[in-house]
Amino acid sequence: MSAEAAVKYVTETPESEKERVAAWINTEEYKELNFKREALVIAPPHTCQPLGAELVAHAFEGSLPFVHGSQGCASYYRSTLNRHFREPAPAVSDSMTEDGAVFGGQNNLHEGLENAIAIYKPKMVSIFTSCMPEIIGDDLVAFLKNARNKGIIPEGMPVPFANTPSFNGSHIHGYDAMLLSILQTLTEGKKVEGRCTGKINLIPGFDANTGNFREYKRLFAEFGVPATILGDISDVFDVPCDGTYHTYPGGTKLDDAADSINGKATLSVGPYSATKTFAWLKDNYSGKHAAIPMPLGIAKTDEFIKKISELSGKPVPESIKNERGRAVDAMTDSHQYMHGKKFALYGDPDQLLGYVSFLLEMGAIPYHILCSKGSKKVEKEIQALLDSSMYGKGCKIYMGKDLWHMRSLIMTDPVDAMIGDTHGKFACRDAGIPLFRFGFPIFDRVNKHRYPIIGYQGVINMVTEICNKFIDIKDETCEDRFFEMMR
Amino acid sequence: MSHPIKTIPGITKESTEELIAKTLEVYPEKAKKKRAPHLGANDQASGSACVKSNKKTVPGVMSARGCAYAGAKGVVWGPIRDMVHVSHGPVGCGWYSWGTRRNLMTGKLGVDQFAMQFTSDFQEKDIVYGGDKKLKQLLTEAKELFPLAKGISVLSECPVGLIGDDINSAAKQSAKELDLPIIPCNCEGFRGVSQSLGHHISNDTIRDHIIGTREFSEPETPYDISLIGDYNIGGDVWSAKALLEEIGLNVKSVWTGDGELEKIAATHTVKLNLIHCYRSMNYMCKVMEEKFGIPWLEFNFFGPTKIRESLRSIGERFDQTIQDKVEQVIAKYDPIMQAIVDEYRPRLEGKKVMLLVGGLRPRHTIGAYEDLGMECVGSGYEFAHTDDYDRTAPEMPDATVVYDDPSEYEFEKFAHALKPDLIGSGIKEKYVFQKMGIPFRQMHSWDYSGPYHGYQGFSVFARDIDMAVNSPTWKLVESPF
Repeated sequence: MSAEAAVKYVTETPESEKERVAAWINTEEYKELNFKREALVIAPPHTCQPLGAELVAHAFEGSLPFVHGSQGCASYYRSTLNRHFREPAPAVSDSMTEDGAVFGGQNNLHEGLENAIAIYKPKMVSIFTSCMPEIIGDDLVAFLKNARNKGIIPEGMPVPFANTPSFNGSHIHGYDAMLLSILQTLTEGKKVEGRCTGKINLIPGFDANTGNFREYKRLFAEFGVPATILGDISDVFDVPCDGTYHTYPGGTKLDDAADSINGKATLSVGPYSATKTFAWLKDNYSGKHAAIPMPLGIAKTDEFIKKISELSGKPVPESIKNERGRAVDAMTDSHQYMHGKKFALYGDPDQLLGYVSFLLEMGAIPYHILCSKGSKKVEKEIQALLDSSMYGKGCKIYMGKDLWHMRSLIMTDPVDAMIGDTHGKFACRDAGIPLFRFGFPIFDRVNKHRYPIIGYQGVINMVTEICNKFIDIKDETCEDRFFEMMR
Repeated sequence: MSHPIKTIPGITKESTEELIAKTLEVYPEKAKKKRAPHLGANDQASGSACVKSNKKTVPGVMSARGCAYAGAKGVVWGPIRDMVHVSHGPVGCGWYSWGTRRNLMTGKLGVDQFAMQFTSDFQEKDIVYGGDKKLKQLLTEAKELFPLAKGISVLSECPVGLIGDDINSAAKQSAKELDLPIIPCNCEGFRGVSQSLGHHISNDTIRDHIIGTREFSEPETPYDISLIGDYNIGGDVWSAKALLEEIGLNVKSVWTGDGELEKIAATHTVKLNLIHCYRSMNYMCKVMEEKFGIPWLEFNFFGPTKIRESLRSIGERFDQTIQDKVEQVIAKYDPIMQAIVDEYRPRLEGKKVMLLVGGLRPRHTIGAYEDLGMECVGSGYEFAHTDDYDRTAPEMPDATVVYDDPSEYEFEKFAHALKPDLIGSGIKEKYVFQKMGIPFRQMHSWDYSGPYHGYQGFSVFARDIDMAVNSPTWKLVESPF
């Protein structure tokens, strides 16, 4: 072969070929090929454990999230929380590099703790790991014991820690692991025989909506039931702008968290993202225990309200009965805008169950239900919900699938709208349908985390957002002769 | 080149050194000793760095730095539009870097443009048994599903290097089998001290696997250039490219914002490499100079003063035709730029700005702020090297504070003392300072605006800076109660 013949030139893909492929990726044939893939994951709607661990590490008074691992990981988690909440997310890492990989991370951890405690003056340091220390097998128990012996950790300072390898589970599992460790650490030796705080503990699970947390607190207040939210982000990621910056705004008070072990009852409303925590609590906490679904939609909110009444022994107050009535009023007033509309939805198990329940209540169809990190149990629970309603007929659940699968689904078997996080916007644009952003993260809309979607108020918020969008679409797309004053 | 010495009333070498000493007081001895050489008072006349750089971050301080993977995926490889970029390892790294650097791209997603997240989503079994087999399978799947992709990059995350996978051999085999360029990039996050090593590693992979493997089919001209180190944040490339074309140059390839693999592969035939982000791609320019004899030139397209200087120095590398066009273009835009300055300068005159960004903006944007009448009272980088600080010294006013990889604590203390009217930094800093009532712009991402490069960019920049500094919302921060 001559040297000339070996030259490869820059080629341009012909427009006709681009058009062919653009049409092909919307076909059944492509969907089949797409669903055959086993190794490649494209646009998964879940992330790794430490992100969830950091979220809950922020949620306690004076708690400094501390990443044992590479600093790049810490930067990624922080940026993601910053972008979603539009709030600071102060966290540190011990910046492990090659030598950490060779010699282990104890030196980094010790030096990091010494510096972080001196500079940022936390009341508690909440440590969680990223990939590197997990793979090299760092022994956090020993490292922290040594740190105490060396006097690096001040006497009495709680230092919970969690192993949160990114190659296992997802953000919800990291949330669970860190929360469990925080509670184990804070409550150690605090159980007092015969003492009862009279409070109900609430475990909300992975939930990045500060409005939801405020709503939980408001509902407990309406009841007149004292409550401790275990991992309260409402004042952490929804901070007033008043000309001052505080490293640790809000969070569950450490004393309250410690005393939660002597509570009257403990209620988990994010069972799938607090599974281990709840299992441990059941064996160790005083009082009654209950795990119920997130209060999304009327039925699940009813369950929540009944549970509070049952656990506290107090009747449901008139004000909450009225709230329920208003939410139902909002639904009956507007059901026609959602009735029969098909939805595609994806997200974490706890949220998905709630969306499905709510949509069925509205006479809408939760048609494609996709969960990238779920279990058989979740699938069964969703299926049971679908089976309970005629609107669940023909709806399908896709476990362990990603948003590129979802794109194939909505292109070959269209729906009217999608519910999920910001990452779904690309598929929605291709399909020409709206995306209702109720998940995490939401990078491209403002204030979504301030509007609760739990409780009866949350029902009203979801109804308002969804129905008005459908009305907008009609206004924007109808022929002139069908454009009218009233909808 | 001699520079007039710029000074700022109230800022002296002594005052800055005192500020640094006071800031470090809270640090434990060892950390104080490590951090002190990274903070300094600028010596403008010297034209050389007043701080140490490119050293390991002190553990436990809140650093803004990322990792080698971030440099490779987010900066160098990720913005190439016609390739599938696989984040090889656990799901997180790819997820966090998915769409967050705003490298705008032409084309249709999933057809001839691939800004999705591709990952091998490592599970525990992949850690135990290794991920090479999975990698080979997913490369085949990617080729089947995305037939118009011109190549695949494999960007390894921490676990891949730690368990000793050989992605190089897996990629080599698959490249042969699939008849597609597949570039393994060993950019595990634990390597090096910041993003910077990721840039270097990626540049080396472009050198080893890409450069020189294609040629342009059209005949060469004396005006063929490539645009290096522009990532098309908010459309920057499109603005810069239009300007270079307006002065008569042919931009044959762009590295790497909205870039195309085969054009990058043919860059070795251009006559001049123009580099914007020196930090991320100077190695490549040096390689192409040594290997192919292509000269290179740094330039700065922020603000009319620097654009004018840059266009003239670019023109000097070419003949009279280009030089004439440069003057015509400057003459055309000068009045337009003057109108922008006339509009905004009265509202921004004398306002102080502090910067902390990545690799070029802490020095490149100073001129643009000065065009608007603002002065820079502090500047620093996340991951710069000594040569960056050498280039910063002449741009920064004398005796102002320079900080390398500052902790958030240091940055906050400096801001408290210097009371800037604007801070230009990243997302992690943004809300800290906004709570303090200090206007802020994200200078990594243009705060979801842009472009900021070129003449077109300056009009956006001026508007955005005025919008930030003079927003009536800042007046509401102080409560009347």
